[in-house]
Amino acid sequence: MAGLSPKRNTPSRAARAASQSARGLSREPLTFYRTPLPGIDCSELLHGKLIVIEGPDAVGRSTQVQRLRPWLEELGHAVLDTGMARSALAGKGIRQAKEGNTLGPITMTLFYLTDFADRLENEIIPALRAGFVVLTDRYIFSIMARAIARGESRSWIERTAGFALVPHLVLYLKADVPQLLSRVVIGKGAFDYWESGMDLNFGQDMYDSFVKYQSRLIRVFDQLAKPYGFQVVDASRTADEVFETLKESISRMFEPAAAVSPARKPVAQARDRSASAD
Amino acid sequence: MIEKFMPLFVPQRFQGRLIVVEGIDGSGKSTQLSLLSQWLRLRGYAVAFSEWNSSPLVRETTRRGKKKEMFTPTTFSLIHATDFADRLERYILPLLKAGAVVCADRYAYTAFARDVVRGVDPAWVRNLYQFAVKPNLAFYFKVPLEVALGRILGGRNALKYYEAGMDLELSRNIEESFRIFQGRILVQYEAMIEEMGFHVIDATKSIEAQQREMRRVVLKEFGRTRPPGVLGMEAALGRTIA
Repeated sequence: MAGLSPKRNTPSRAARAASQSARGLSREPLTFYRTPLPGIDCSELLHGKLIVIEGPDAVGRSTQVQRLRPWLEELGHAVLDTGMARSALAGKGIRQAKEGNTLGPITMTLFYLTDFADRLENEIIPALRAGFVVLTDRYIFSIMARAIARGESRSWIERTAGFALVPHLVLYLKADVPQLLSRVVIGKGAFDYWESGMDLNFGQDMYDSFVKYQSRLIRVFDQLAKPYGFQVVDASRTADEVFETLKESISRMFEPAAAVSPARKPVAQARDRSASAD
Repeated sequence: MIEKFMPLFVPQRFQGRLIVVEGIDGSGKSTQLSLLSQWLRLRGYAVAFSEWNSSPLVRETTRRGKKKEMFTPTTFSLIHATDFADRLERYILPLLKAGAVVCADRYAYTAFARDVVRGVDPAWVRNLYQFAVKPNLAFYFKVPLEVALGRILGGRNALKYYEAGMDLELSRNIEESFRIFQGRILVQYEAMIEEMGFHVIDATKSIEAQQREMRRVVLKEFGRTRPPGVLGMEAALGRTIA
């Protein structure tokens, strides 16, 4: 049956990682982190750009995406913006599941991955094939961070989410818990059940739980930053200042032969069996 | 290559017992599991049942995906894993902790067979189900393709799109597609017998003979009397069962 399944990427991972960091020219095809999606020919994905905005809840990701889109369009790029739980397949199901109180941590992780896979295959990849700039509010890293913060094994989720494309740029909006707290109070004015990790009851009330859960999330994002090549953006500044930094990073990515440091596959992945959290 | 050193499942350390049945459509596994559960109940065991693809949480999404033919091999695999995770987290694990005998009609092995036929990477889908609990007993109902097809085709309602593997574009004829699809799944199951340590039941034998064999294996595994920690029905029924 070997002919039916896509070939696994067995050649030296170090070699692939090296070819990754040598990228920078805009005509390099995108690659998958680990396990190629069946039926996708990466050599068709030459012209599009995949830009990821990541970071914890309430850090200001969506505000930035809203501003980046018209800016990119003004520069003449066609833009697709996408984000979590927006898939035609699973978006509605996830929203309904979150209204109840019986969504287990593994179920939640896999439901979000289903949503991600549907958007990757039916929105992101077709847009990249057509030469769009894809701007995505969160990627696999939020799904991974939430899973790891809830005690699931890092090696399990890294392998499971390994069908994701390696983006051109991962911009990690970094802030600390007090900054997130002030945004929650000013923004929504109330704590969200899931953003506070109340499903696992990290604390006595929503505030306690939010602090503990978001601290864990930030710690996990920080751990992922280096192996996955995040560009860390200080999000404690004003939205205008953050926007300026994001524009600079994205502009640099568009310079034809610029020595950009692309997002990369985790360097340590060949050894992650021994280093996994489980 | 499957990485053998990765543990396939989480060890079953709970008080209860987990029994699963596997096999292609028309192998007769559901009939046998139902007979076995009834027999276990009569012997005083508290028995629970869980079926593949039956989580209420995921049902609407699966229904939408199937109706509109939206699935790719990857999303098909992931939504079934989500369904499985929901049943495991919400139902199977708490019942095993309580000491019940949980009987599952299909388990992760179904995904290992079907999803791989759809083109999903075998190592990826095995990793996907790593959170599953290792069953105490896994029965595989071994049946030649033509026998199983004879039980399914003609008799039942019309075949459905994904059930017949129509998404693989094996044939325009739904019955022909079903034949090829089931044949390929059968190959995957047969290759798994040793890897997974299945108890193979010869599903061409009479229903009675198959059931005798299953009960023999269960008695060998459980012993003649109910093991300590395994939940009985006395409390529920208010009397002792011999």
